[in-house]
Amino acid sequence: MSLRDWPIKQKLTAMLVVISGLVLLLTSAGFAGYQYWSLRQATRDALSVRGRIIAANSTASLAFSNDADARELLSALRADQHIVAAVLYDKDGHVFAAYPGDVAGHAVPAAPGPDGYRFEGGLLIGFQPVQEAGSQRLGTLYLASDLEAVYDTFRLSGVIGLAVLAVALLAAYLLSRVLQGTISQPILALAETAKAVSTRQDYSVRASKLGEDELGALTDAFNQMLGRIEDQNRALRESQEELKRYATDLERRVEERTHELQERNESLRRNAAELLAANTELDAFAYSVSHDLRAPLRSIDGFSQILLEDYAARLDEAGRESLHRVRAASQRMGTLIDDLLKLARVTRAEIRTEVVDLSGMARDIAAELRRATPERQVEFAIAPGLKARGDARLLRVALDNLLRNSWKYTAKQPGPRVEFGSVEANGGQAFMVRDNGAGFDMKYADKLFGVFQRLHSAAEFEGTGVGLATVRRIINRHGGRIWAEGAVDQGATFYFTL
Amino acid sequence: MNPGKILLVEDNPDDVALTLRALKSHNITNDVVVAQDGAQALEILFGSEGKSPAQHELPAVVLLDLKLPKVNGMEVLQRIRADEDTRLLPVVILTSSDEERDVIEGYSLGANSYVRKPVDFVEFTQAAKQLGLYWLLMNRAPPVSRRP
Repeated sequence: MSLRDWPIKQKLTAMLVVISGLVLLLTSAGFAGYQYWSLRQATRDALSVRGRIIAANSTASLAFSNDADARELLSALRADQHIVAAVLYDKDGHVFAAYPGDVAGHAVPAAPGPDGYRFEGGLLIGFQPVQEAGSQRLGTLYLASDLEAVYDTFRLSGVIGLAVLAVALLAAYLLSRVLQGTISQPILALAETAKAVSTRQDYSVRASKLGEDELGALTDAFNQMLGRIEDQNRALRESQEELKRYATDLERRVEERTHELQERNESLRRNAAELLAANTELDAFAYSVSHDLRAPLRSIDGFSQILLEDYAARLDEAGRESLHRVRAASQRMGTLIDDLLKLARVTRAEIRTEVVDLSGMARDIAAELRRATPERQVEFAIAPGLKARGDARLLRVALDNLLRNSWKYTAKQPGPRVEFGSVEANGGQAFMVRDNGAGFDMKYADKLFGVFQRLHSAAEFEGTGVGLATVRRIINRHGGRIWAEGAVDQGATFYFTL
Repeated sequence: MNPGKILLVEDNPDDVALTLRALKSHNITNDVVVAQDGAQALEILFGSEGKSPAQHELPAVVLLDLKLPKVNGMEVLQRIRADEDTRLLPVVILTSSDEERDVIEGYSLGANSYVRKPVDFVEFTQAAKQLGLYWLLMNRAPPVSRRP
């Protein structure tokens, strides 16, 4: 476990112990240093005092070269066990007397060194001049003392110091154990609270504050944060609930709308079914008209013709004329029925969209018209390459009606001319069929496309009034528009879009 | 029925009269046998239940109206085409209507021709004449053989 991962309690304890230990250690070291130095100082001073006393006492021995006396004097040093050697040199530097008596010659200096006391080779040595006060020098005293006294004192101090250190550390440890609680307790309480908050998701709990220090401030801040979170949580919950309400509302509305749509769909389906039924009915009606209405007309026409053929002699001119009129009327009605059926067919027909070559179609129709009435000389001007998307059959019917109309209404024109082309209209392409025929009065323009609406009498121009209605139905079924421009005897132009 | 006969299936007596007159006026002298409805036509061609068909050859052509009581024209055509003996018999639909679906159905069922009766009697006469000439004189009828 790295230091970083230690519990804060241990960290605090360790910190206090280390700090107090270090302080004690440094203090002890300082003290020990000072003691060592002062002990040595004191030892040297003591040795120097001793040296001076012995030197003073030995002047007589040296002056009178009494070496036994000198030895006696030196042997008194026995009382001090720390003195390892002492030598008295005469004024020529020769050994005069030595202590202890058996000291080896090499253990003491052969000649005196410079005067003074100093530490050398683990010993304290000193050279003391021996002289009478104010007279010439008689010799030199050498003293060597071990430092055991210093070391003994020092050792004792060390032991005491270590004991004090141990006691102090123990005290520091115990004290820190007690004191660290004031710091770690609030932090642990805070951590405990945070843990409780995160596990239970309960933001209403608060950490208890144990003091007004920084940890108190931290606890306050933590509690404030909890309060904020609680507020935000509440707001979040509220907005979530609101969202849920919205969602429910939306769901309900979607359901309502779906229901409405379903109803509308249902109604559309019903309408479609009704429409289908109506269409089927129209179909049946048209079929019946096609078969049953034409049969009596055939009888009327046929038997009138038989009358004209077989009984012509018995009829006067007026009678024959009447029969002709009967025949003409029945034939017109036949045409009318056919045209109406065509209109009905256009309404019922299914549109099959493809690209239709309108120019080609117009050329075919023109050729057909020329073939049917070769004696008429009509100039056709058909623009090439006009194409449109639509139902080929229906467009053929529409174009046929328009061109046939132009063909018909230019019958009384000396230089008849029919044109098929395209123009720009309302930003799109419009097709155009133009002739220089009888034309029409623009104030009746709205009647042009009505069923059975005619602007000319049958005597002027034949027709049933269904053709343009059929054309408009076809154009409308293609989503297009048809309109016309014209003036009486100035020709007519029909425009249509697809 | 002698060879070269026409079987006219037509319920409207006016149309029968007009058709007969139109054929006669062009000197198409062949006999015309008239069936007034589909059932009668089938009886003439196949015989009624229990009775064997009339002991004669098949007609050269059948002029068949579509809207008929009892059995309509399309059903008659179906029966003709379904039977081994009559499946090659020339059948011309001659009717008032040229509704597209009738034309398509007629040809699908194997009609040889489809002619709409014009309202104009002059045109009608012309059509009858051309039909008679074509089917009785110009057209080479398929070989038919009745089973014994």
